[in-house]
Amino acid sequence: MQRSLHIDPNKCTGCRQCEMACSYEQEGIFNPSKSRIRVFMFDAEARFVPYTCTQCAEAWCMLACPVDAIKVDLNTGAKVVHENLCVGCKVCTIACPFGTINYMSDRGKVMKCDLCGGDPACAKACPTQAITYIDADWTGLERMRVWAKKTDAGATATH
Amino acid sequence: MNYLILGAGPAGVVAAETLRNTDPDGAITLVGAENEPPYSRMAIPYLLTGRIDERGTHLRKEPGWYKDRRIDVTSRRATAVHPGSKTVAFADGTSVPYDRLLIATGARPLRPAIPGLDLPGVHTCWTLDDARYIMDKARPGARVVLMGAGFIGSIVLEALAERGVTLTVVEMGDRMVPRMMNPTAGGMIKNWCRSKGVEVLTSTRILGIEGNGGQAKGGFLASLFRSKPANGGGALTVTLDNGHKLEADLVVISAGVRPNIEFLADSGIVMDVGIQVDEHMRTSAPDVYAAGDVAQGKDVSTGHNNIHAIQPTATEHGRVSALNMAGRPAAYKGSLQMNVLDTLGLISSSFGLWMGVEGGEAAEVIDTDNYKYLRLEFADDRMVGATAIGLTQHVGVLRGLIQTGVQLGPWKQRLMADPHRIMEAYLARTQA
Ligand SMILES: Cc1cc2nc3c(=O)[nH]c(=O)nc-3n(C[C@H](O)[C@H](O)[C@H](O)COP(=O)(O)OP(=O)(O)OC[C@H]3O[C@@H](n4cnc5c(N)ncnc54)[C@H](O)[C@@H]3O)c2cc1C
Repeated sequence: MQRSLHIDPNKCTGCRQCEMACSYEQEGIFNPSKSRIRVFMFDAEARFVPYTCTQCAEAWCMLACPVDAIKVDLNTGAKVVHENLCVGCKVCTIACPFGTINYMSDRGKVMKCDLCGGDPACAKACPTQAITYIDADWTGLERMRVWAKKTDAGATATH
Repeated sequence: MNYLILGAGPAGVVAAETLRNTDPDGAITLVGAENEPPYSRMAIPYLLTGRIDERGTHLRKEPGWYKDRRIDVTSRRATAVHPGSKTVAFADGTSVPYDRLLIATGARPLRPAIPGLDLPGVHTCWTLDDARYIMDKARPGARVVLMGAGFIGSIVLEALAERGVTLTVVEMGDRMVPRMMNPTAGGMIKNWCRSKGVEVLTSTRILGIEGNGGQAKGGFLASLFRSKPANGGGALTVTLDNGHKLEADLVVISAGVRPNIEFLADSGIVMDVGIQVDEHMRTSAPDVYAAGDVAQGKDVSTGHNNIHAIQPTATEHGRVSALNMAGRPAAYKGSLQMNVLDTLGLISSSFGLWMGVEGGEAAEVIDTDNYKYLRLEFADDRMVGATAIGLTQHVGVLRGLIQTGVQLGPWKQRLMADPHRIMEAYLARTQA
């Protein structure tokens, strides 16, 4: 059974441990701007929403990549950027309608969530279980999936 | 089922891959006109800068990738399509039958009617072969004139500058990337490029090019602008409409593209600028589909059929056409015009109706000193277009907001007050 990240904004306290853990896991430094998961704050409602790639089936980033630098990890289903192949053209960053693949100017490559190879650091770091890594069928990511369908330019069959 | 794909660019390769994933048994033939493994034009600038080698431009890199999927790849040029007999004629005299045909023959660069364009040292930058030629000529210190600062011209600009040439860019429009950026944004990019040592001339035309050997074409111009042998012996003299002349070792032409449809003239397939396709990527001929730069398909912004000539549209077309060809009906909601550009480190992007709509509203923040810019265009409470400079984080949500046509409700006013809140607006209106 494939697993995926389940995000429950109602449980998020905005502590940003996930951002720290992600940046440390991925880049070896504690720098939220390097994190693949970002917590957005809604000031007026004092609400926090952690947000990252859903590894959507449409895989807009992977489809648009001109050099085959984004591939599916067959174990986790994650769409993974292969930095040795990425030329930094950024076309994936505009093709992804969720804004979850971003360009790193300092490295000249793009970055996105790769599920840490099946053991996501953000979920481990989250003290309130706002982020969990669970069986794909159970995740509240359904809402995002539904949205992904609506966003889809039609690559899903109509029947 | 016997599938034939004309064109081995991104549209053709994505179609072949999707066909195989959808129909395990069909026969798939992928035909390109260049004698190269299927490659990506978009990767050429990175070949020019040396970031990748030729293999880095290949659309699929694992050895045996095509063979493993039983995709038969060949190189030959199609010269006619006969929908009546369901055959395609090729330049080598062969005729190949198909059950379902995909035309993904892309586009080619325009060659404006200017004297001297056929001279050695004057070249387009479109194919791998072009790239090899340019790499040979554009050596450090070489004087290079780039004709055209459109989207692709501006990408080539960066690659040439990185090669250490002395570069002059000549654009006839009043700003850089005029079909992607408004005057404010285009002006910002121009200032940036100049500050980085690239000479950019806008509102300027190239009238003619002469070889300093004296073999220039166009007798009238040649006599009008007879060139003296240049100091340092530039091979070419470029004459501008402001009276100035530029010495050049290489002139690169980037003056727009046109779809490769001439070979379809007698096919009966309905064409306008490109091949007209419906939302299933079908042409007017039964069992003939079209995708990519050659196809004029639905544009989600305008509702009309347009050619965008961009990579994301080519691959989305490729996927949708293949699903339909393999008998899995899929309707394409339409492509969105969008581009992202890196000019010597300044990153810019535009989406959809970035020029705005009649009766619409816009929100704009300009930070000239720091080269940052963001402009959002609205029609009622939906976002219809956007332009950004210096934005790299979550820039894709601009596509998400525009393409889904989500109603912004109270977020419209919040975005009008502070356009930078796009990510919050997106989350609030779509997921939270
Ligand atoms: C230098 C450069 C930089 C670019 N940068 C970007 C960018 O940053 N972002 C972006 O979105 N787009 C960019 N583009 C545009 C992008 O490359 C095209 O939109 C894309 O290649 C279109 O794909 P396609 O498969 O439709 O056509 P093409 O890639 O043009 O492929 C067409 C194929 O058809 C073959 N063919 C042509 N005629 C025939 C025939 N008669 N018979 C058989 N085969 C034929 C060709 O050999 C080729 O294999 C760039 C292009 C260039 C040249």
